[in-house]
Amino acid sequence: MGVINRLKNDRLAMVCLGFLFLVLLAGVFAPVIAPHSPIEMNVKEKFAGISMTYPLGTDQLGRCILSRLLYGIRITVFLSLLTMAMTILIGTLLGILAGLLRGKVDEVIMRICDVFLSFPSEVMILAIVGMMGPGLFNVVLANIIAKWAWYTRMVRTIVLKYTDKNYVRFAKVSGCSTGHIVKTHIIPGAAGEISVLATLDTGSVILIISALSFLGLGVQAPTAEWGMMLNEAKNVMIMYPYQMLAPGIAILLVVAAFNFLGDSLQDAFNTKRVNKMR
Amino acid sequence: MENYIIKRLLSILPILIGISFLSFILINLSPSDPAEVALRVNEVTPTKEAVAEMRKELGLDKSFIERYTTWITNSLHGDFGNSYITNKPVIDEMKLAIPATLHLAFVSLFIIIFVSIIAAVLCTVYEGSIVDRIIRGIVFVGEAIPGFWVGLLLMWLFAVKLNLLPTSGMETPSSVILPAVTLSLAYISTYVRLLRNNMVQNKLENYVLYAKARGLKERKILQHIFKNSLQSSIAALGMSIPKLIAGTVIVENIFAWPGVGRLCVTAIFNHDYPIIQAYVLLMAVLFVVFNFLVDIITSLLDPRMRKEA
Repeated sequence: MGVINRLKNDRLAMVCLGFLFLVLLAGVFAPVIAPHSPIEMNVKEKFAGISMTYPLGTDQLGRCILSRLLYGIRITVFLSLLTMAMTILIGTLLGILAGLLRGKVDEVIMRICDVFLSFPSEVMILAIVGMMGPGLFNVVLANIIAKWAWYTRMVRTIVLKYTDKNYVRFAKVSGCSTGHIVKTHIIPGAAGEISVLATLDTGSVILIISALSFLGLGVQAPTAEWGMMLNEAKNVMIMYPYQMLAPGIAILLVVAAFNFLGDSLQDAFNTKRVNKMR
Repeated sequence: MENYIIKRLLSILPILIGISFLSFILINLSPSDPAEVALRVNEVTPTKEAVAEMRKELGLDKSFIERYTTWITNSLHGDFGNSYITNKPVIDEMKLAIPATLHLAFVSLFIIIFVSIIAAVLCTVYEGSIVDRIIRGIVFVGEAIPGFWVGLLLMWLFAVKLNLLPTSGMETPSSVILPAVTLSLAYISTYVRLLRNNMVQNKLENYVLYAKARGLKERKILQHIFKNSLQSSIAALGMSIPKLIAGTVIVENIFAWPGVGRLCVTAIFNHDYPIIQAYVLLMAVLFVVFNFLVDIITSLLDPRMRKEA
């Protein structure tokens, strides 16, 4: 497999992959690793500096910042991944449906896509959260509704591209079932492009979810979430500016890792561009 | 060309209808009854009679299609109903907020164009050198950094620590600097990347080789490269304008900038549905209109694009 080898040779991509893997592990095992409960308050120790008991200090209510960061992975990162998984699922299903059936089904799906694509995703997300009210579930739903059309259109284009290829035509002539062709020829072909876009999009979904929580439209207190932590840090900015550092850096690193991985995947899948650049 | 414009105009008509329909059904997504909300925010106890009366006043007792047509005809006349909170017409609230948002968006646009061009040209001239690498590093970080965090850091540094600029509001002319810089950051990253890559690619073209062979000055050659690299950036910039206007939401809330983004978020907290609806419709129409204009401009610049419609 050329793609995996190319990715393996890309040292920075492997570093990003390793980092993200560690972040996910830390999120899964947050209850084991975290030194404190993320919502346990200790008013005597508020705004404590770095110490053995509180490795990153405490916030305005005396809650352990490290523990809140670790538990925050479960919301900020896991929910972004869930959002992407749902978006890809819907996009792939509808895209394959439109691309294979063509005709009226295709026409209807694509016209609905057109409307959703002409609706700016930022405005769409704000509108859905606005109408359904603040809350995590609504934020995830809003992101899926704002993004599915992009994936549907992309998968449809890929399906159309592949159904024209000679080996798919041959498979059809030799009597393979549609399901078999989709499974063995179309999905593996589409996986590359989907994974590139999805990796890059995960970064942007993390930014959106944390931004909405920052505005108070996502997670509600006292849940630990990175955007929410920045919102709380904002209120004590004048006296304790260092409160803003940890959650901001956490978002930056994770999003940067996803973006870098996306770029590397793009290079790995696109042989032409790699050769041209060297 | 006229044919193309007419064709494009006809194709945006169903999209506009779809968008207005979508904006309208969004209100039906709301888990609570708008009539009850309208009463509650004015601190009226929502008794059965009061709710029924409010439903009639808001026209909620009519059929879905009837309500949609009334809403859309009224909206076309600039009547988006009254705010539940202030009871003033939504259009008046919008008229107050729109200039502030446009002001912020256009200062940002200016910063984006100015900084992107300088950075991209520097990268091209010193390609591969330390300058190029530093700028590309900043660009990469700029794409991953949360805008609201940058806003907070800038506010802390320039307003709290150095006390050079006001923290928030729109009282003095310098108030616009911090929000505008925060807003431009993500876009600058995109444009530096786009323009730099185009210019670096253009550097390898034959016309540059020919210009060098003719003995043209570096400066003159750079001008040619620059001009030939602009096209994709101009197209992208056209779509960035509505994005900037819609993207002011977060920045306006951080810096208490009295624009439409802040109006909308406040409305969300207050369940002030008419304002949210008007905001969504205005933004969506703005996007469609700019999309149309960009298509027309790009097809004027490059006739090959006309066929793809």
